[in-house]
Amino acid sequence: MAINCELLEKKASDIRVDIIREVHSAASGHPGGSLSAADIVTVLYFHEMNIDPKDPKKADRDRFVLSKGHAAPVLYAALAERGFFPKEELTTLRKLGSRLQGHPSMKLLPGIEMSTGSLGQGVSVACGMALANKLDGKAGRVYTLLGDGEIQEGLVWEAAMAAAHYGLDNLCAIVDWNGLQIDGKNEDVMNVKPIDEKFKAFGWNVIAIDGHNIAEIAKAFDEARACKGRPTMILAKTHKGHGVSFMEDNAGWHGKAPGDDQAKQAVEELGGEW
Amino acid sequence: MAEKMATRQAYGKFLSEIAKTNPDVVVMDADLSGSTMTKEFRAAAPQRFFNVGIAEQNLYAMATGLAHSGKTVFASTFAMFAAGRAFEIIRNSIGYTHANVKICATHAGLTVGEDGASHQAIEDLALMRTIPGMTVVNPADGASAMALLKAVSEMNGPAYVRLGRAAVEGIYEEDAVFEIGKGVCVREGGDAAIIATGIMVGEALKAAELLKEDGLSVRVIDMHTIKPLDEEIIIRAAEETGTIVTAEEHTVIGGLGSAVAEVVAQNCPVKMKLVGVKDTFGESGKPAQLLEKYGLTAQDLREAVKALKK
Repeated sequence: MAINCELLEKKASDIRVDIIREVHSAASGHPGGSLSAADIVTVLYFHEMNIDPKDPKKADRDRFVLSKGHAAPVLYAALAERGFFPKEELTTLRKLGSRLQGHPSMKLLPGIEMSTGSLGQGVSVACGMALANKLDGKAGRVYTLLGDGEIQEGLVWEAAMAAAHYGLDNLCAIVDWNGLQIDGKNEDVMNVKPIDEKFKAFGWNVIAIDGHNIAEIAKAFDEARACKGRPTMILAKTHKGHGVSFMEDNAGWHGKAPGDDQAKQAVEELGGEW
Repeated sequence: MAEKMATRQAYGKFLSEIAKTNPDVVVMDADLSGSTMTKEFRAAAPQRFFNVGIAEQNLYAMATGLAHSGKTVFASTFAMFAAGRAFEIIRNSIGYTHANVKICATHAGLTVGEDGASHQAIEDLALMRTIPGMTVVNPADGASAMALLKAVSEMNGPAYVRLGRAAVEGIYEEDAVFEIGKGVCVREGGDAAIIATGIMVGEALKAAELLKEDGLSVRVIDMHTIKPLDEEIIIRAAEETGTIVTAEEHTVIGGLGSAVAEVVAQNCPVKMKLVGVKDTFGESGKPAQLLEKYGLTAQDLREAVKALKK
Protein backbone atom coordinates (compact mmCIF):
# COMPACT_ATOMS: atom_id res chain seq x y z
CA MET A 1 0.00 0.00 0.00
CA ALA A 2 1.32 3.45 -0.93
CA ILE A 3 2.25 5.44 2.12
CA ASN A 4 2.05 9.17 2.69
CA CYS A 5 4.50 9.68 5.54
CA GLU A 6 4.01 13.43 5.70
CA LEU A 7 0.25 13.06 6.15
CA LEU A 8 0.69 10.35 8.78
CA GLU A 9 3.23 12.43 10.68
CA LYS A 10 0.76 15.32 10.75
CA LYS A 11 -1.95 12.93 11.96
CA ALA A 12 0.32 11.60 14.70
CA SER A 13 0.93 15.20 15.85
CA ASP A 14 -2.82 15.86 15.92
CA ILE A 15 -3.30 12.70 17.98
CA ARG A 16 -0.58 13.82 20.39
CA VAL A 17 -2.32 17.17 20.81
CA ASP A 18 -5.59 15.31 21.47
CA ILE A 19 -3.83 13.19 24.12
CA ILE A 20 -2.64 16.30 25.96
CA ARG A 21 -6.10 17.87 25.80
CA GLU A 22 -7.74 14.66 27.07
CA VAL A 23 -5.41 14.12 29.98
CA HIS A 24 -5.35 17.82 30.89
CA SER A 25 -9.14 18.01 31.00
CA ALA A 26 -9.33 14.81 33.03
CA ALA A 27 -6.63 16.06 35.41
CA SER A 28 -5.44 12.47 35.56
CA GLY A 29 -4.46 9.65 33.19
CA HIS A 30 -1.42 8.34 31.40
CA PRO A 31 0.24 10.75 28.96
CA GLY A 32 3.74 9.20 28.82
CA GLY A 33 2.83 5.80 27.40
CA SER A 34 0.13 7.30 25.19
CA LEU A 35 2.59 9.67 23.53
CA SER A 36 5.19 6.91 23.05
CA ALA A 37 2.60 4.80 21.19
CA ALA A 38 1.11 7.61 19.10
CA ASP A 39 3.04 6.89 15.89
CA ILE A 40 2.33 3.15 16.03
CA VAL A 41 -1.38 3.68 16.66
CA THR A 42 -1.55 6.34 13.92
CA VAL A 43 -0.10 3.98 11.32
CA LEU A 44 -2.52 1.25 12.41
CA TYR A 45 -5.65 3.41 12.23
CA PHE A 46 -4.76 5.57 9.22
CA HIS A 47 -2.76 3.20 7.03
CA GLU A 48 -2.66 -0.43 8.03
CA MET A 49 -6.02 -1.63 9.33
CA ASN A 50 -9.13 -2.51 7.36
CA ILE A 51 -11.77 -0.77 9.47
CA ASP A 52 -14.89 1.29 8.83
CA PRO A 53 -16.15 3.83 11.37
CA LYS A 54 -19.61 3.56 9.77
CA ASP A 55 -19.63 -0.20 10.30
CA PRO A 56 -17.42 -0.84 13.34
CA LYS A 57 -18.42 -4.51 13.59
CA LYS A 58 -18.05 -5.50 9.93
CA ALA A 59 -17.19 -9.17 9.64
CA ASP A 60 -13.92 -8.94 7.71
CA ARG A 61 -12.41 -6.08 9.73
CA ASP A 62 -8.98 -6.03 11.28
CA ARG A 63 -9.03 -5.66 15.05
CA PHE A 64 -6.86 -3.79 17.50
CA VAL A 65 -6.62 -4.69 21.19
CA LEU A 66 -4.87 -2.17 23.41
CA SER A 67 -3.27 -4.61 25.81
CA LYS A 68 -1.59 -1.70 27.62
CA GLY A 69 -5.04 -0.32 28.42
CA HIS A 70 -3.74 2.62 30.42
CA ALA A 71 -2.75 4.21 27.10
CA ALA A 72 -6.48 4.73 26.49
CA PRO A 73 -5.97 8.42 25.55
CA VAL A 74 -4.06 7.47 22.37
CA LEU A 75 -6.74 4.95 21.39
CA TYR A 76 -9.56 7.42 21.99
CA ALA A 77 -7.72 10.10 20.03
CA ALA A 78 -7.19 7.74 17.08
CA LEU A 79 -10.82 6.55 17.10
CA ALA A 80 -12.13 10.13 17.27
CA GLU A 81 -9.78 11.32 14.51
CA ARG A 82 -10.89 8.34 12.42
CA GLY A 83 -14.55 9.25 12.93
CA PHE A 84 -15.79 6.59 15.34
CA PHE A 85 -17.18 9.26 17.67
CA PRO A 86 -17.14 13.10 17.89
CA LYS A 87 -13.82 14.69 18.81
CA GLU A 88 -15.59 16.99 21.28
CA GLU A 89 -16.16 13.95 23.47
CA LEU A 90 -12.41 13.55 24.07
CA THR A 91 -12.49 16.07 26.91
CA THR A 92 -14.97 13.89 28.83
CA LEU A 93 -12.17 11.40 29.53
CA ARG A 94 -12.38 9.85 33.01
CA LYS A 95 -15.42 11.94 33.97
CA LEU A 96 -18.54 10.49 35.55
CA GLY A 97 -20.93 9.14 32.93
CA SER A 98 -18.38 9.37 30.09
CA ARG A 99 -17.98 6.70 27.43
CA LEU A 100 -14.25 7.37 27.72
CA GLN A 101 -13.45 5.35 30.81
CA GLY A 102 -10.03 5.56 32.47
CA HIS A 103 -9.29 2.26 30.73
CA PRO A 104 -11.12 1.22 27.54
CA SER A 105 -14.59 -0.31 27.81
CA MET A 106 -15.87 -2.11 24.72
CA LYS A 107 -19.45 -1.92 25.94
CA LEU A 108 -19.50 1.86 25.80
CA LEU A 109 -17.61 3.09 22.78
CA PRO A 110 -17.73 1.95 19.14
CA GLY A 111 -14.40 0.74 17.81
CA ILE A 112 -13.14 -0.62 21.11
CA GLU A 113 -12.56 -4.33 20.46
CA MET A 114 -11.80 -5.33 24.03
CA SER A 115 -12.01 -3.85 27.49
CA THR A 116 -8.50 -3.76 28.88
CA GLY A 117 -6.56 -2.23 31.71
CA SER A 118 -5.47 -5.25 33.69
CA LEU A 119 -2.12 -5.96 32.06
CA GLY A 120 -1.36 -9.12 30.12
CA GLN A 121 -4.95 -9.99 29.30
CA GLY A 122 -5.34 -8.09 26.03
CA VAL A 123 -2.66 -10.03 24.18
CA SER A 124 -4.22 -13.29 25.30
CA VAL A 125 -7.70 -12.17 24.22
CA ALA A 126 -6.16 -11.13 20.87
CA CYS A 127 -4.86 -14.70 20.48
CA GLY A 128 -8.43 -15.95 20.91
CA MET A 129 -9.66 -13.52 18.25
CA ALA A 130 -6.91 -14.55 15.83
CA LEU A 131 -7.71 -18.21 16.46
CA ALA A 132 -11.39 -17.55 15.76
CA ASN A 133 -10.52 -15.87 12.46
CA LYS A 134 -8.44 -18.90 11.49
CA LEU A 135 -11.28 -21.22 12.45
CA ASP A 136 -13.77 -19.23 10.37
CA GLY A 137 -11.42 -18.61 7.45
CA LYS A 138 -11.75 -14.85 7.93
CA ALA A 139 -9.09 -12.58 6.42
CA GLY A 140 -9.11 -10.08 9.28
CA ARG A 141 -5.85 -9.58 11.14
CA VAL A 142 -5.52 -8.91 14.84
CA TYR A 143 -3.15 -6.31 16.27
CA THR A 144 -2.28 -5.80 19.90
CA LEU A 145 -0.06 -3.27 21.62
CA LEU A 146 1.80 -4.14 24.80
CA GLY A 147 3.88 -2.09 27.17
CA ASP A 148 7.42 -3.18 27.92
CA GLY A 149 6.66 -3.33 31.63
CA GLU A 150 3.54 -5.33 30.78
CA ILE A 151 5.62 -8.24 29.52
CA GLN A 152 6.64 -8.87 33.12
CA GLU A 153 3.16 -10.41 33.48
CA GLY A 154 3.27 -14.21 33.29
CA LEU A 155 0.12 -14.34 31.18
CA VAL A 156 1.95 -12.62 28.32
CA TRP A 157 4.21 -15.65 28.02
CA GLU A 158 1.33 -18.11 28.25
CA ALA A 159 -0.20 -16.22 25.34
CA ALA A 160 3.13 -16.04 23.49
CA MET A 161 3.46 -19.82 23.71
CA ALA A 162 -0.09 -20.38 22.49
CA ALA A 163 0.18 -17.92 19.57
CA ALA A 164 3.20 -19.79 18.21
CA HIS A 165 1.68 -23.20 18.95
CA TYR A 166 -1.43 -22.38 16.92
CA GLY A 167 0.61 -20.70 14.16
CA LEU A 168 -1.30 -17.44 14.47
CA ASP A 169 0.30 -15.59 11.56
CA ASN A 170 -2.77 -13.33 11.52
CA LEU A 171 -1.66 -11.94 14.88
CA CYS A 172 0.75 -9.01 15.12
CA ALA A 173 1.82 -7.77 18.52
CA ILE A 174 3.79 -4.63 19.11
CA VAL A 175 5.82 -3.84 22.21
CA ASP A 176 6.00 -0.12 22.92
CA TRP A 177 9.56 -0.29 24.23
CA ASN A 178 10.00 3.05 25.96
CA GLY A 179 12.11 1.49 28.72
CA LEU A 180 10.17 3.01 31.60
CA GLN A 181 7.46 1.81 33.94
CA ILE A 182 5.78 3.37 36.98
CA ASP A 183 8.61 2.73 39.42
CA GLY A 184 11.45 3.59 37.06
CA LYS A 185 13.56 1.93 34.36
CA ASN A 186 12.63 -1.62 33.34
CA GLU A 187 16.15 -2.83 34.06
CA ASP A 188 16.01 -1.46 37.60
CA VAL A 189 12.52 -2.70 38.41
CA MET A 190 12.63 -6.09 36.66
CA ASN A 191 14.82 -6.56 33.62
CA VAL A 192 12.87 -7.54 30.49
CA LYS A 193 15.80 -7.80 28.06
CA PRO A 194 16.49 -9.40 25.70
CA ILE A 195 12.90 -8.98 24.48
CA ASP A 196 13.72 -9.95 20.89
CA GLU A 197 15.51 -13.17 21.83
CA LYS A 198 12.75 -14.15 24.23
CA PHE A 199 10.02 -13.90 21.59
CA LYS A 200 12.23 -15.60 18.98
CA ALA A 201 12.75 -18.45 21.41
CA PHE A 202 8.97 -18.67 21.82
CA GLY A 203 8.66 -19.12 18.04
CA TRP A 204 7.72 -15.62 16.92
CA ASN A 205 8.86 -13.60 13.93
CA VAL A 206 10.51 -10.57 15.53
CA ILE A 207 11.04 -7.23 13.80
CA ALA A 208 12.92 -4.46 15.58
CA ILE A 209 12.17 -0.89 14.52
CA ASP A 210 12.28 2.76 15.52
CA GLY A 211 8.76 3.19 16.89
CA HIS A 212 8.69 6.88 15.96
CA ASN A 213 9.58 6.35 12.29
CA ILE A 214 6.34 6.17 10.29
CA ALA A 215 7.93 4.48 7.27
CA GLU A 216 9.61 1.83 9.43
CA ILE A 217 6.38 1.12 11.29
CA ALA A 218 4.42 0.72 8.06
CA LYS A 219 7.10 -1.52 6.56
CA ALA A 220 7.10 -3.72 9.65
CA PHE A 221 3.35 -4.26 9.28
CA ASP A 222 3.93 -5.25 5.63
CA GLU A 223 6.56 -7.76 6.70
CA ALA A 224 4.29 -9.10 9.43
CA ARG A 225 1.53 -9.71 6.89
CA ALA A 226 3.95 -11.52 4.60
CA CYS A 227 5.17 -13.85 7.35
CA LYS A 228 3.37 -17.18 7.31
CA GLY A 229 3.03 -19.85 9.96
CA ARG A 230 3.95 -17.83 13.03
CA PRO A 231 2.94 -14.65 14.84
CA THR A 232 4.92 -11.45 14.54
CA MET A 233 6.26 -9.27 17.31
CA ILE A 234 7.27 -5.74 16.36
CA LEU A 235 9.70 -4.49 18.93
CA ALA A 236 9.29 -0.73 18.62
CA LYS A 237 11.92 1.38 20.36
CA THR A 238 10.17 4.48 21.59
CA HIS A 239 10.52 7.35 24.02
CA LYS A 240 8.01 7.80 26.78
CA GLY A 241 6.33 11.18 26.45
CA HIS A 242 7.69 11.59 22.89
CA GLY A 243 6.99 14.99 21.34
CA VAL A 244 6.74 16.94 24.59
CA SER A 245 10.16 18.14 25.78
CA PHE A 246 9.56 18.00 29.52
CA MET A 247 7.79 14.63 29.42
CA GLU A 248 10.28 12.79 27.22
CA ASP A 249 11.98 9.79 28.83
CA ASN A 250 10.63 10.74 32.23
CA ALA A 251 8.92 7.98 34.24
CA GLY A 252 7.28 10.70 36.34
CA TRP A 253 4.90 11.33 33.40
CA HIS A 254 3.60 7.75 33.33
CA GLY A 255 0.41 8.54 35.18
CA LYS A 256 0.27 12.28 35.79
CA ALA A 257 -1.68 15.04 34.04
CA PRO A 258 -0.12 18.34 32.97
CA GLY A 259 -1.33 21.55 34.59
CA ASP A 260 -2.61 24.50 32.52
CA ASP A 261 0.79 26.00 31.69
CA GLN A 262 2.34 22.62 30.99
CA ALA A 263 -0.56 21.60 28.75
CA LYS A 264 -0.30 24.86 26.82
CA GLN A 265 3.44 24.40 26.33
CA ALA A 266 2.95 20.76 25.30
CA VAL A 267 0.27 21.56 22.73
CA GLU A 268 2.36 24.37 21.26
CA GLU A 269 5.47 22.17 21.07
CA LEU A 270 3.36 19.67 19.13
CA GLY A 271 2.33 22.36 16.66
CA GLY A 272 -1.19 22.76 17.98
CA GLU A 273 -3.07 25.82 19.15
CA TRP A 274 -3.96 26.25 22.80
CA MET B 1 -34.60 -42.19 38.25
CA ALA B 2 -31.50 -41.32 36.32
CA GLU B 3 -28.43 -43.49 36.86
CA LYS B 4 -25.67 -42.77 39.34
CA MET B 5 -23.03 -40.64 37.67
CA ALA B 6 -20.64 -37.75 38.31
CA THR B 7 -21.87 -34.41 37.01
CA ARG B 8 -18.63 -34.17 34.99
CA GLN B 9 -19.71 -37.35 33.20
CA ALA B 10 -22.95 -35.61 32.30
CA TYR B 11 -20.85 -32.70 31.01
CA GLY B 12 -18.95 -35.06 28.70
CA LYS B 13 -22.21 -36.48 27.41
CA PHE B 14 -23.62 -33.00 26.91
CA LEU B 15 -20.52 -31.92 24.97
CA SER B 16 -20.58 -34.90 22.66
CA GLU B 17 -24.18 -34.01 21.80
CA ILE B 18 -23.73 -30.27 21.32
CA ALA B 19 -20.69 -30.95 19.12
CA LYS B 20 -23.13 -32.34 16.56
CA THR B 21 -25.85 -29.72 16.89
CA ASN B 22 -24.14 -26.35 17.36
CA PRO B 23 -21.26 -25.45 15.00
CA ASP B 24 -20.55 -22.23 16.95
CA VAL B 25 -19.48 -24.12 20.06
CA VAL B 26 -15.76 -24.19 20.82
CA VAL B 27 -14.37 -26.17 23.75
CA MET B 28 -11.13 -25.39 25.53
CA ASP B 29 -9.19 -27.11 28.26
CA ALA B 30 -5.93 -26.77 30.16
CA ASP B 31 -4.40 -30.24 30.06
CA LEU B 32 -7.17 -31.94 32.01
CA SER B 33 -9.44 -33.06 29.18
CA GLY B 34 -9.49 -36.65 30.39
CA SER B 35 -10.69 -35.54 33.83
CA THR B 36 -13.00 -32.67 32.93
CA MET B 37 -14.46 -34.90 30.17
CA THR B 38 -13.93 -32.31 27.44
CA LYS B 39 -12.22 -35.21 25.67
CA GLU B 40 -15.73 -36.18 24.58
CA PHE B 41 -15.95 -32.99 22.54
CA ARG B 42 -12.45 -33.46 21.15
CA ALA B 43 -13.51 -36.90 19.92
CA ALA B 44 -16.61 -35.47 18.25
CA ALA B 45 -15.28 -32.17 16.86
CA PRO B 46 -11.47 -32.08 17.09
CA GLN B 47 -11.16 -28.97 14.90
CA ARG B 48 -13.15 -26.96 17.44
CA PHE B 49 -11.27 -28.22 20.50
CA PHE B 50 -8.27 -26.36 21.89
CA ASN B 51 -6.00 -27.53 24.67
CA VAL B 52 -3.95 -24.55 25.83
CA GLY B 53 -1.74 -26.57 28.15
CA ILE B 54 -1.28 -25.85 31.83
CA ALA B 55 -2.13 -22.16 31.55
CA GLU B 56 -5.49 -21.34 33.09
CA GLN B 57 -5.17 -17.57 32.81
CA ASN B 58 -4.57 -17.92 29.09
CA LEU B 59 -7.43 -20.42 28.88
CA TYR B 60 -9.98 -17.86 30.03
CA ALA B 61 -8.52 -14.81 28.28
CA MET B 62 -8.29 -16.66 24.94
CA ALA B 63 -11.81 -17.97 25.51
CA THR B 64 -12.89 -14.33 25.78
CA GLY B 65 -11.35 -13.53 22.39
CA LEU B 66 -13.14 -16.47 20.78
CA ALA B 67 -16.41 -15.45 22.45
CA HIS B 68 -16.09 -11.90 21.13
CA SER B 69 -15.67 -13.44 17.69
CA GLY B 70 -19.08 -15.12 17.80
CA LYS B 71 -18.23 -18.41 19.47
CA THR B 72 -19.99 -20.03 22.39
CA VAL B 73 -17.02 -21.20 24.41
CA PHE B 74 -17.03 -23.93 27.02
CA ALA B 75 -13.71 -23.65 28.87
CA SER B 76 -12.84 -26.19 31.51
CA THR B 77 -10.33 -26.97 34.16
CA PHE B 78 -10.56 -27.84 37.86
CA ALA B 79 -12.64 -25.42 39.92
CA MET B 80 -9.60 -24.41 41.96
CA PHE B 81 -7.73 -23.19 38.89
CA ALA B 82 -10.76 -21.67 37.17
CA ALA B 83 -12.42 -19.69 39.95
CA GLY B 84 -9.24 -19.40 41.97
CA ARG B 85 -6.18 -18.94 39.81
CA ALA B 86 -7.96 -17.26 36.90
CA PHE B 87 -10.35 -15.19 39.02
CA GLU B 88 -9.16 -11.79 37.91
CA ILE B 89 -9.15 -12.77 34.24
CA ILE B 90 -12.69 -14.07 34.65
CA ARG B 91 -13.68 -10.87 36.44
CA ASN B 92 -12.08 -8.38 34.05
CA SER B 93 -12.04 -10.09 30.65
CA ILE B 94 -15.12 -12.33 30.84
CA GLY B 95 -17.33 -10.62 33.42
CA TYR B 96 -16.73 -6.96 32.62
CA THR B 97 -17.31 -7.56 28.90
CA HIS B 98 -20.16 -10.05 29.46
CA ALA B 99 -18.39 -12.53 27.19
CA ASN B 100 -20.24 -15.68 26.14
CA VAL B 101 -17.90 -18.02 27.99
CA LYS B 102 -19.17 -20.98 29.98
CA ILE B 103 -16.72 -21.75 32.75
CA CYS B 104 -17.44 -25.42 33.37
CA ALA B 105 -15.29 -26.20 36.37
CA THR B 106 -14.95 -29.77 37.54
CA HIS B 107 -13.52 -31.41 40.66
CA ALA B 108 -15.16 -28.82 42.89
CA GLY B 109 -15.51 -29.21 46.63
CA LEU B 110 -14.12 -31.65 49.17
CA THR B 111 -15.19 -34.70 47.17
CA VAL B 112 -12.16 -34.29 44.95
CA GLY B 113 -10.94 -36.57 47.72
CA GLU B 114 -7.41 -37.85 47.86
CA ASP B 115 -5.78 -34.90 46.05
CA GLY B 116 -6.30 -32.89 49.22
CA ALA B 117 -6.69 -29.23 50.13
CA SER B 118 -4.67 -27.75 47.26
CA HIS B 119 -7.24 -29.12 44.82
CA GLN B 120 -10.42 -28.78 46.87
CA ALA B 121 -12.15 -25.60 45.73
CA ILE B 122 -14.53 -24.65 48.52
CA GLU B 123 -14.71 -20.93 47.75
CA ASP B 124 -15.55 -20.94 44.04
CA LEU B 125 -19.26 -20.16 44.41
CA ALA B 126 -18.47 -17.21 46.68
CA LEU B 127 -15.92 -15.82 44.21
CA MET B 128 -18.06 -16.30 41.13
CA ARG B 129 -21.25 -14.83 42.54
CA THR B 130 -19.52 -11.51 43.25
CA ILE B 131 -19.06 -10.89 39.52
CA PRO B 132 -21.86 -8.74 38.03
CA GLY B 133 -23.80 -10.58 35.31
CA MET B 134 -22.28 -13.98 36.07
CA THR B 135 -24.74 -16.87 36.16
CA VAL B 136 -23.68 -19.45 38.75
CA VAL B 137 -25.03 -23.00 38.48
CA ASN B 138 -24.37 -26.04 40.67
CA PRO B 139 -26.27 -29.16 39.56
CA ALA B 140 -27.21 -31.94 41.96
CA ASP B 141 -27.07 -34.97 39.66
CA GLY B 142 -26.44 -36.13 36.12
CA ALA B 143 -29.91 -35.43 34.76
CA SER B 144 -30.07 -31.90 36.13
CA ALA B 145 -26.50 -31.25 34.97
CA MET B 146 -27.44 -32.20 31.40
CA ALA B 147 -30.54 -30.00 31.46
CA LEU B 148 -28.83 -27.03 33.07
CA LEU B 149 -25.83 -27.22 30.74
CA LYS B 150 -28.23 -27.10 27.82
CA ALA B 151 -29.96 -24.05 29.34
CA VAL B 152 -26.61 -22.39 29.92
CA SER B 153 -25.59 -23.04 26.30
CA GLU B 154 -28.75 -21.30 25.10
CA MET B 155 -28.27 -18.11 27.10
CA ASN B 156 -25.94 -15.34 26.00
CA GLY B 157 -23.31 -14.25 28.51
CA PRO B 158 -20.98 -15.73 31.07
CA ALA B 159 -21.81 -18.65 33.32
CA TYR B 160 -19.98 -20.66 35.92
CA VAL B 161 -21.06 -24.29 36.15
CA ARG B 162 -19.78 -26.24 39.14
CA LEU B 163 -19.25 -29.93 38.44
CA GLY B 164 -18.05 -32.75 40.64
CA ARG B 165 -15.58 -35.58 40.36
CA ALA B 166 -17.39 -38.25 42.36
CA ALA B 167 -20.43 -40.17 41.16
CA VAL B 168 -23.71 -39.08 42.76
CA GLU B 169 -27.08 -40.83 43.03
CA GLY B 170 -29.71 -39.78 40.52
CA ILE B 171 -32.38 -37.47 41.93
CA TYR B 172 -34.33 -36.57 38.83
CA GLU B 173 -35.81 -38.38 35.86
CA GLU B 174 -33.89 -38.08 32.60
CA ASP B 175 -36.48 -35.72 31.11
CA ALA B 176 -36.87 -33.41 34.11
CA VAL B 177 -37.16 -29.74 33.19
CA PHE B 178 -35.07 -26.98 34.77
CA GLU B 179 -34.97 -23.25 34.44
CA ILE B 180 -31.92 -21.17 35.32
CA GLY B 181 -32.72 -19.07 38.36
CA LYS B 182 -35.68 -21.19 39.46
CA GLY B 183 -35.10 -23.45 42.45
CA VAL B 184 -36.86 -26.81 42.59
CA CYS B 185 -38.89 -28.00 45.56
CA VAL B 186 -37.90 -31.69 45.57
CA ARG B 187 -39.80 -32.55 48.74
CA GLU B 188 -42.69 -30.77 50.40
CA GLY B 189 -42.73 -30.05 54.11
CA GLY B 190 -43.99 -27.46 56.53
CA ASP B 191 -41.85 -27.65 59.67
CA ALA B 192 -38.52 -26.58 58.22
CA ALA B 193 -36.79 -26.15 54.86
CA ILE B 194 -33.39 -27.37 53.80
CA ILE B 195 -32.12 -25.31 50.90
CA ALA B 196 -29.33 -27.31 49.33
CA THR B 197 -27.10 -27.09 46.28
CA GLY B 198 -25.02 -29.57 44.31
CA ILE B 199 -24.31 -32.92 45.86
CA MET B 200 -25.87 -31.77 49.15
CA VAL B 201 -29.35 -32.06 47.63
CA GLY B 202 -29.04 -35.84 47.93
CA GLU B 203 -27.94 -35.53 51.56
CA ALA B 204 -30.82 -33.15 52.25
CA LEU B 205 -33.33 -35.66 50.92
CA LYS B 206 -31.85 -38.33 53.17
CA ALA B 207 -31.99 -35.90 56.09
CA ALA B 208 -35.65 -35.17 55.42
CA GLU B 209 -36.35 -38.89 55.58
CA LEU B 210 -34.49 -39.14 58.92
CA LEU B 211 -36.33 -36.11 60.27
CA LYS B 212 -39.64 -37.78 59.45
CA GLU B 213 -38.70 -40.31 62.13
CA ASP B 214 -38.23 -37.35 64.46
CA GLY B 215 -41.74 -36.23 63.67
CA LEU B 216 -40.75 -33.31 61.47
CA SER B 217 -41.97 -32.60 57.96
CA VAL B 218 -39.08 -30.99 56.10
CA ARG B 219 -39.14 -29.28 52.75
CA VAL B 220 -36.09 -29.75 50.50
CA ILE B 221 -35.22 -27.21 47.85
CA ASP B 222 -32.61 -27.81 45.16
CA MET B 223 -31.04 -24.40 44.62
CA HIS B 224 -29.21 -25.35 41.45
CA THR B 225 -28.73 -21.71 40.52
CA ILE B 226 -26.84 -19.61 43.04
CA LYS B 227 -27.08 -16.56 40.81
CA PRO B 228 -29.54 -15.23 39.82
CA LEU B 229 -30.96 -16.51 43.09
CA ASP B 230 -34.60 -17.60 43.32
CA GLU B 231 -35.63 -15.20 46.07
CA GLU B 232 -39.30 -16.10 45.79
CA ILE B 233 -38.82 -19.75 46.73
CA ILE B 234 -36.61 -18.72 49.67
CA ILE B 235 -39.07 -16.17 51.02
CA ARG B 236 -41.93 -18.63 50.66
CA ALA B 237 -39.94 -21.28 52.55
CA ALA B 238 -39.13 -18.81 55.31
CA GLU B 239 -42.73 -17.65 55.63
CA GLU B 240 -44.25 -21.12 55.48
CA THR B 241 -41.77 -23.06 57.64
CA GLY B 242 -40.06 -20.41 59.77
CA THR B 243 -36.88 -22.47 59.85
CA ILE B 244 -34.14 -22.63 57.21
CA VAL B 245 -31.04 -24.76 56.98
CA THR B 246 -28.73 -24.35 54.02
CA ALA B 247 -26.47 -27.11 52.74
CA GLU B 248 -23.44 -26.74 50.49
CA GLU B 249 -20.17 -28.54 49.80
CA HIS B 250 -18.44 -25.18 50.06
CA THR B 251 -17.26 -22.80 52.74
CA VAL B 252 -20.09 -21.22 54.71
CA ILE B 253 -18.42 -17.88 53.99
CA GLY B 254 -19.97 -16.32 50.91
CA GLY B 255 -21.64 -19.29 49.25
CA LEU B 256 -25.24 -20.54 49.13
CA GLY B 257 -25.80 -20.10 52.86
CA SER B 258 -24.66 -16.49 52.73
CA ALA B 259 -26.72 -15.81 49.62
CA VAL B 260 -29.86 -17.26 51.22
CA ALA B 261 -29.18 -15.38 54.47
CA GLU B 262 -28.93 -12.11 52.51
CA VAL B 263 -32.46 -12.71 51.19
CA VAL B 264 -33.91 -13.98 54.46
CA ALA B 265 -32.43 -11.20 56.58
CA GLN B 266 -33.80 -8.50 54.32
CA ASN B 267 -37.23 -9.95 53.66
CA CYS B 268 -38.45 -12.34 56.31
CA PRO B 269 -35.97 -12.95 59.12
CA VAL B 270 -36.24 -16.49 60.50
CA LYS B 271 -33.83 -18.72 62.34
CA MET B 272 -31.17 -20.24 60.07
CA LYS B 273 -28.25 -22.61 60.24
CA LEU B 274 -25.59 -22.78 57.56
CA VAL B 275 -24.24 -26.27 56.95
CA GLY B 276 -21.04 -26.26 54.94
CA VAL B 277 -17.29 -26.29 55.36
CA LYS B 278 -16.35 -24.12 58.33
CA ASP B 279 -13.51 -21.62 58.02
CA THR B 280 -10.92 -24.27 57.23
CA PHE B 281 -9.08 -26.06 54.41
CA GLY B 282 -9.83 -29.66 53.46
CA GLU B 283 -7.45 -32.62 53.37
CA SER B 284 -6.84 -35.96 51.64
CA GLY B 285 -9.33 -38.76 52.13
CA LYS B 286 -12.15 -40.64 50.50
CA PRO B 287 -15.11 -38.43 49.55
CA ALA B 288 -17.46 -40.08 52.05
CA GLN B 289 -14.89 -39.80 54.84
CA LEU B 290 -14.39 -36.12 54.08
CA LEU B 291 -18.10 -35.35 54.03
CA GLU B 292 -18.39 -36.99 57.43
CA LYS B 293 -15.34 -35.32 58.96
CA TYR B 294 -16.31 -31.86 57.73
CA GLY B 295 -19.93 -32.11 58.80
CA LEU B 296 -21.63 -32.46 55.46
CA THR B 297 -23.81 -35.55 55.91
CA ALA B 298 -27.54 -36.14 56.20
CA GLN B 299 -26.99 -36.63 59.92
CA ASP B 300 -25.41 -33.19 60.22
CA LEU B 301 -28.37 -31.66 58.44
CA ARG B 302 -30.77 -33.58 60.69
CA GLU B 303 -29.05 -32.20 63.77
CA ALA B 304 -29.05 -28.67 62.38
CA VAL B 305 -32.80 -28.80 61.77
CA LYS B 306 -33.48 -30.34 65.18
CA ALA B 307 -31.35 -27.70 66.92
CA LEU B 308 -33.44 -24.97 65.31
CA LYS B 309 -36.72 -26.69 66.16
CA LYS B 310 -35.90 -27.10 69.85
